[in-house]
Amino acid sequence: MTNPSHLLYTAEHEWIQLTPGADLPTEPVRVGLTTFALDALGDVVFVDLPEVGTEVTAGDACGEVESTKSVSDLYSPVTGTVGAVNQAIIDDPALIAADPYDAGWLFTVTPEATAKLLTSNEYEALLD
Amino acid sequence: MSSPASARPTPLNAVHVALGARLTDFAGWNMPLKYTSELAEHQAVRTTVGLFDLSHMGEIRVSGPQAGAALDHALVGRLSAIKPGRAKYSLLCDANGGILDDLVTYKITDDEFLVIANASNTGVVLAALTDRVLTFDASVTDETEQTALIAVQGPAAQAVIQSLADDPDNPDARDAVAALRYYACMPARIAGLDVLLARTGYTGEDGFEVYVAADDAVTLWSALSTATEAAGGRAAGLACRDTLRLEAGMPLYGNELSLETDPYAARLGRVVQLDKAFVGQEALALAAQDQPARLLTGLTGEGRRAARAGNVVLNAAGEPVGVITSGALSPTLGRPIALAYVDRDEAVEGASLQVDVRGTLLPFTVSPYPFYKRS
Repeated sequence: MTNPSHLLYTAEHEWIQLTPGADLPTEPVRVGLTTFALDALGDVVFVDLPEVGTEVTAGDACGEVESTKSVSDLYSPVTGTVGAVNQAIIDDPALIAADPYDAGWLFTVTPEATAKLLTSNEYEALLD
Repeated sequence: MSSPASARPTPLNAVHVALGARLTDFAGWNMPLKYTSELAEHQAVRTTVGLFDLSHMGEIRVSGPQAGAALDHALVGRLSAIKPGRAKYSLLCDANGGILDDLVTYKITDDEFLVIANASNTGVVLAALTDRVLTFDASVTDETEQTALIAVQGPAAQAVIQSLADDPDNPDARDAVAALRYYACMPARIAGLDVLLARTGYTGEDGFEVYVAADDAVTLWSALSTATEAAGGRAAGLACRDTLRLEAGMPLYGNELSLETDPYAARLGRVVQLDKAFVGQEALALAAQDQPARLLTGLTGEGRRAARAGNVVLNAAGEPVGVITSGALSPTLGRPIALAYVDRDEAVEGASLQVDVRGTLLPFTVSPYPFYKRS
């Protein structure tokens, strides 16, 4: 599986649309789940996302992802304010796995601070 | 996600690997959890047909002139009374009436029975049966290792089996498949192999379970797989098996049933035949006189968030009145369904309850189960 190199990753298998080495953007950026997470979860049937305007904290649980059999916490990769949630994946959770790095994004956040984030190479090393 | 090397492979392990299955350790066996998507596999069983490897189940043969009497003593049901070629669902209980396993027994002939145990309980069932037949003219043999079990479940199951039933020695073989009744079994030739063909299952659909020598398992699977795909079906794993059985309201050992579970609380009193002597009979006769404090109860919710095993059930006043034993978002119904042990007074059809799903109270309604019935 390949994880796009223009994104950063958490050890909890979220991605965030931050460019490695660049300054934090002032606009909201997308957060999603990696193919590894989706493969491990199985078919996602329900997603509980933070509400727009919520302050999320890097490394803290901010929602839940349910597959047919299990429930997993969703962790925020950054501290910041939630800008939008992806209504399309709330309506049809299968979209997440169908296009995890694009149309299957979960929510956006304007990052103020980050926890330890990994490059795609570092993240893939973690999976081996 | 790889399984520990210690997990036992079934005779079909190489097939699962070739199909790209996600494998998991289940009761010490290396089993396919799913092949592609558990929702697609669930849907296939409901609409066409699914093919399951169930070779982890225990096959225990009880033979001898007193095999029927021995099983009457060992199990809560009267196995001697069923006709050869029929199957019966029963319970193996301990002296206190606790459930050691729930199992299906096939009566092959008057002198020969095949007991099918849950994979996690096969050792317990084997030990209990071996002990309980000692005073009878009967013997107990564990045939789990030499036996493969493939289930063919779904509306197209009969067509799949019939397409492989042609037998030069039996021009009526296809008709015999169609005539096989629910909870019945017969020796048959499927894909040219000698099998025990049973019309049983754990999915709520019409379906067959095919017992075959382990050495023939790959050949049988290949033939069934070709016929299944021709019928629009697919291989199906344990993940969808669990959502299918929950929709069908079938209890799962370890969730709904356990040593601590009373058969009456589990609403399985109908399978307990108190008018004969068996291990646990005295305890269960006493239990039958009392109303169980909690009853196994069906719950349905709104939205898409499922209750899960262990979640606490509360009444409208917020008092804890039960515990969820199994829960899922029903793929067929599109809403949460669950089984729970609930205080008898609260387990009234239509009653509004709540479930504490990881800190959020969600509304659930007491509902009859099965949640899904085939039309």
